Amino acid sequence: MTTYLVKNVSVLGAEPTDLLLADGVVKEMGPGLSAESVSSVEPVETIDASGLIALPGLVDLHTHLREPGREDAETVESGTRAAALGGFTAVHAMANTEPVADTAGVVEQVWRLGREAGYCDVYPVGAVTVGLAGERLAELGAMADSAARVRVFSDDGKCVSDAVLMRRALEYVKAFDGVVAQHAQEPRLTEDAQMNEGELSGRLGLAGWPAVAEEAIIARDCLLAAHVGSRLHVCHVSTAGSVEIVRWAKSKGWDVTAEACPHHLLLTDELAATYDPIYKVNPPLRSATDAEALRAGLADGTIDIVATDHAPHPHEDKDCEWAAAAFGMLGLETALSIVQETMVDAGRLDWAGVAERMSYAPARIGRVDDHGRPIEVGAPANVVLYDPAARRTVEAAETASLSRNTPYAGMELPGRVVATFLRGKATVLDGKLT
Amino acid sequence: MKRHLLSAADLSRDDAELVLKTAEELRSLADRPIKKLPALRGRTVVNLFFEDSTRTRISFEAAAKRLSADVINFAAKGSSLSKGESLKDTALTLEAMGADAVVVRHSASGAPHRLANSGWVRSSVVNAGDGTHEHPTQALLDAFTMWRHLGSLDGRRVAIVGDVLHSRVARSNALLLRTLGAEVTLVSPPTLLPVGIEGWPVETSYDLDAVLPKADVVMMLRVQRERMHGGFFPTAREYSRRYGLDGRRMATLQDHTIVMHPGPMVRGMEITADVADSDRSVIVEQVTNGVAVRMAVLYLLLGGSQPAVSTEGLPE
Repeated sequence: MTTYLVKNVSVLGAEPTDLLLADGVVKEMGPGLSAESVSSVEPVETIDASGLIALPGLVDLHTHLREPGREDAETVESGTRAAALGGFTAVHAMANTEPVADTAGVVEQVWRLGREAGYCDVYPVGAVTVGLAGERLAELGAMADSAARVRVFSDDGKCVSDAVLMRRALEYVKAFDGVVAQHAQEPRLTEDAQMNEGELSGRLGLAGWPAVAEEAIIARDCLLAAHVGSRLHVCHVSTAGSVEIVRWAKSKGWDVTAEACPHHLLLTDELAATYDPIYKVNPPLRSATDAEALRAGLADGTIDIVATDHAPHPHEDKDCEWAAAAFGMLGLETALSIVQETMVDAGRLDWAGVAERMSYAPARIGRVDDHGRPIEVGAPANVVLYDPAARRTVEAAETASLSRNTPYAGMELPGRVVATFLRGKATVLDGKLT
Repeated sequence: MKRHLLSAADLSRDDAELVLKTAEELRSLADRPIKKLPALRGRTVVNLFFEDSTRTRISFEAAAKRLSADVINFAAKGSSLSKGESLKDTALTLEAMGADAVVVRHSASGAPHRLANSGWVRSSVVNAGDGTHEHPTQALLDAFTMWRHLGSLDGRRVAIVGDVLHSRVARSNALLLRTLGAEVTLVSPPTLLPVGIEGWPVETSYDLDAVLPKADVVMMLRVQRERMHGGFFPTAREYSRRYGLDGRRMATLQDHTIVMHPGPMVRGMEITADVADSDRSVIVEQVTNGVAVRMAVLYLLLGGSQPAVSTEGLPE
């Protein structure tokens, strides 16, 4: 395996230093390393990283890889290639595949496909209920004990709306230190819902998706988690009210974590006025006030992590009328740029904060040991080199994803992932897959 | 005018007044023995209806034929919503047949916008009603009807009564009537007013009796009985009692006030038979005016700037 000597890189924005990535770990660290001074039997490739920032490999707690079942939209291989290009070294693959990842067999298949592809470690998320039907618990313990070692359980795409079932799930996963990641959406309040309910939904004649449908479930689940002493993770928080509820739950000392998605940080419901379903997503794009509350929550730590909710869909499922279109948008390759744009460049989060929100914290929540570790000697060499001064225009056709449903096409975003290392092996070099 | 008519908001005051004046010229045709003009000879108008609406379809068909356009009626059985042929493929088919204008009715809000803005067709798109969004030619024919009875709409008070939440007619009328200077009050039970209506350029009221004496126009909206099952109101009877227009309420109107309804009516629900058939009712006239207004819209979108009714080609 090639040994990489990364010269003059700013680790989390600190003074430039050098990194030696060898034998799968950060072997040496400090200024003045040279190819001659390092003892390596392998060839040493030197990377001039002047102006680049080193971040720990990003960890996504919320990715849809679509395999098995919808290999026309994405596969484990194509999705993890997109992840590597976005600076990720680990992704959690959501359970809403066909068949649903509700048995040890399916989660092991997804886990194995990830290992074979080799671009990114894939941690399957197990379904909470059989077939995501919300009726009875899936074999959570079997998935936890499988080779895939599942720790995150979610019916994402659907809400575990039955209060008793949610209570049982929260209780049951304590046996193996699991976490239930809730897709908070009260189903009756969101029947046929199409977009954020507000003045615009009324004008556009698109059925409204009220904030309360999300907030009521989050409030209930925080209370349930506190009652049974379990951990709760809240997926894709999208409203100002949700941020307030999570802030309140944390103030009580309850073990509640929450994620925000890049698109909810950057985009708002005004885009629905185009009737272009590229902007159709679940939960929906909200108001500018909500987006601002998410950014504030992410800055003060109320929102623990950024998760992509990368949701590939084939062209025909977006090239149609709004009501007929699928919910979801791509996110892996643009997440870091959007966090830079909305948080770092806005002075609300430094690079250490980005490492916490996009690597350390998601790894902690997912109980992933080999990722989300600070860049220091002896740590696994899961590292991203990022050029924050670059600017790029997003081109849908350039994505590594099999799908093209990016809402950012044509948009200029800051930053560029230059290299990604997974246990010392380069998955991306010079901004291209190796 | 813009190339498409997707929303009543697409019309400036000048545009709207041009449509009304053109409609007035064209309406006179109805009184002539030969009701046909050569204005759109050789042009093709496609009526693309993804949702059944015989009334609107035949109104557009009559309008196009009186302007000598070729008319193709395309009743698409099931849209991509029901996993039939996609809107895009249907649009590409029509484009390949050489449509100059596509009149589209669809159950999905925004479907005409997609048709007009996705590069699927080059023809003009006329929204003939999309989901719970808009129905701009209905608003134009309503405004035309008011204008013929009341003259200028500046400062006129129009009460629109009923299921505003699900009504494309209410949305288009609210926009167009404001453009033409009228003051609109939407009257509805709170469950049938959209969230955020405070931001619309209209007044709202839950109390029909308080609004009626000041109104110059009362427009009753159809209330579908299935809304009852959605829990929007308890019973049809209670709805009629609180928001229906009956003889007693009609007696509180000013002498010149007209009563309108976009049809089809549910007699006994939102309007009683004696009101619908009274002298104040202009409901049948709305249908006649619909043809004239749709002629004007098709003519202005396709025909250009020449006067619609020239002496050339008219019967001697």
